[in-house]
Amino acid sequence: MLSETKSASSRKKPKFGIVVFPGSNCDHDTYYVLRKIIDVDVVFLWHKQTSLDECDIIILPGGFSYGDYLRTGAIARFSPIMNEVINFAKNGGFVFGICNGFQILLEAGLLPGVMIRNESLNFVCKDIYLKIENNKTVYTKGISGKSSLKIPIAHGEGNYFADEKTLSELEANNQIVFKYCSNDGSIIEAANPNGSVLNIAGIINKEGNVMGMMPHPERSSDSVLGKTDGSLIFKALVNNIFN
Amino acid sequence: MFKAKVLIKRRKTILDPQGKAVEIGAKHLGLSNIKNTRIDKYIEFNVDANNKKAAEDEVIEYCKKLLANPIMEDFEFTLEEI
Repeated sequence: MLSETKSASSRKKPKFGIVVFPGSNCDHDTYYVLRKIIDVDVVFLWHKQTSLDECDIIILPGGFSYGDYLRTGAIARFSPIMNEVINFAKNGGFVFGICNGFQILLEAGLLPGVMIRNESLNFVCKDIYLKIENNKTVYTKGISGKSSLKIPIAHGEGNYFADEKTLSELEANNQIVFKYCSNDGSIIEAANPNGSVLNIAGIINKEGNVMGMMPHPERSSDSVLGKTDGSLIFKALVNNIFN
Repeated sequence: MFKAKVLIKRRKTILDPQGKAVEIGAKHLGLSNIKNTRIDKYIEFNVDANNKKAAEDEVIEYCKKLLANPIMEDFEFTLEEI
């Protein structure tokens, strides 16, 4: 029926697509949060697909795609769906990488820099605090009244590194979105869980449509888990793009 | 057919947390003269190409696009006809 063909703009709810790579393991958590808490349409996109199923926003979820072999995200970056994701991003489409998804965005060259092993060499799984460094992005605009966001991390390779030139560009263009901080919002070395340069936890591209972050907002979105700051990011994204 | 032996080296300016940790082990062993331990990657594979130039081109592409991350790593390789 013709009436069933709806364009992105006339569709009632925003449609999120979560890419599933072999080894993704936060795909279902993200799906649950988007559908049940944020109340948007959401579908899984298998990594061998070559279509994004008319999704408005693509999420690359956390996990250990391809066993993290070679380098985190290095092999997933060549999955068939990534050509579509890269084209989508280059045409202004919103792409949000969480943890392993962030690592994949770096390997794909959609965001600058690399991830190396945590300075401690430990896999770190705990709640950390994030300071919003740029509150004008579609992912953060409108989040107010918080000196920091409490969101968990869970990674072994979240030690963000970029050369001096790239770091100055990130700073000059206001591309650093989140930094690790203490619970009162101070950016201090003691609050840096992995050795990331400048306490960087999340960055956005110059155009403002592709963001990657190491912490897991989907793990702090349901009040049943005792923390909901992560939901603020998903809500901001929906509000800023669709309302 | 050629055998390729590739060495992927992390650039000296980039911290190698694994090398650093292993060196702590050296200290515990009492090997106090060990300095600047770096852990690199060694990768071997065959290239089914007709001539050395074609094999070389393919190895370089493999290294540049996948095996090494040009932001933090350099690579070198040897090719031997087998």
